[in-house]
Amino acid sequence: MHVLPAAWRASLPVMFGYVPLGMAFGILFQDLGYPWYLATLMGLLVYAGAAQFMAVGLLAAHAGLIEIAVSTFALNLRHVFFGLSMLDRYRCSGLKKLYLIFGLTDETYSLATSATPPVAGDPSDYYFAITALNQSYWVVGCTLGAITGSAVEFDSTGMEFALTALFLVLLLEQWKAVRTVFPFLVAASCGLIALIYFKTQMLLVSISLSLILLVLRYRYSGNS
Amino acid sequence: MMANLQELLPVILIMAGVTFLTRSAPFILLSGKADHPMLQFLARYIPPAIMTLLVLYSFGSVEFATSPFGLPELTAAMLTVGTHLLWRHALLSICVGTAFYMVAVQQLI
Repeated sequence: MHVLPAAWRASLPVMFGYVPLGMAFGILFQDLGYPWYLATLMGLLVYAGAAQFMAVGLLAAHAGLIEIAVSTFALNLRHVFFGLSMLDRYRCSGLKKLYLIFGLTDETYSLATSATPPVAGDPSDYYFAITALNQSYWVVGCTLGAITGSAVEFDSTGMEFALTALFLVLLLEQWKAVRTVFPFLVAASCGLIALIYFKTQMLLVSISLSLILLVLRYRYSGNS
Repeated sequence: MMANLQELLPVILIMAGVTFLTRSAPFILLSGKADHPMLQFLARYIPPAIMTLLVLYSFGSVEFATSPFGLPELTAAMLTVGTHLLWRHALLSICVGTAFYMVAVQQLI
């Protein structure tokens, strides 16, 4: 896989975000009294950061399976809109495609929509490598956190800003690629409205609103 | 140990299933329609919209009303953006912003 060096470079910022965040999850998780390998298993099978943090709270409160399922669904519903813009990029098939879809987190989506795959090589191999590297950072983080517990020597407070910085950088890259104000303007307005009125479901509400406005724009403005 | 596994395995499996459902729904419902002009339009304009929203979301939990008034976040963001506009090297921009932020929240406040 000669796409690996490029994928590794592109995914490094996610490592700085996923390892400390995964560790934070692992620490909270082992506080509940579960063995460390279950944190690893969660990172491997669920692989959804926000939902895993939510699950810690729900497990601590002895929530039922249905409540956990509904909460996970509500929290991850935004991912439906990610796939909408990946149909074309993720054109490969079989197990590789299944894994790309499984691993479509916020950060992997951000990288896959912004980074340009190397000219040599299959783009789907590049996306696959990014997805697998990102998940490996997350699983390593979850595992480390659960094993070391709260006895970690290194103070990684603030390292999770790497994900904010990654989104900022990719926003600039999107601007350079698109060069049209309206998607940014639409999203900024919807985002502010959602932050003010629907803070607990900010992403779902603002992404849905933005999608509606983008569809309207497509319908009523010459389909450019 | 086994009790833990038996208790948590259904939770993990149901969370995994539901998460995969949300991620795979568009690929299943819209399979073979990737060439539709509206989906092409959305494929171009959803990513910038979502990136804008992820940035806003990241700042949504910052307390601007109380000390330190979101200054570490805003300064780190400006450093990231400034570095990126100067050198356009993603990793460098992210490292500069993150390093500043870590020092700010660990040492300065």
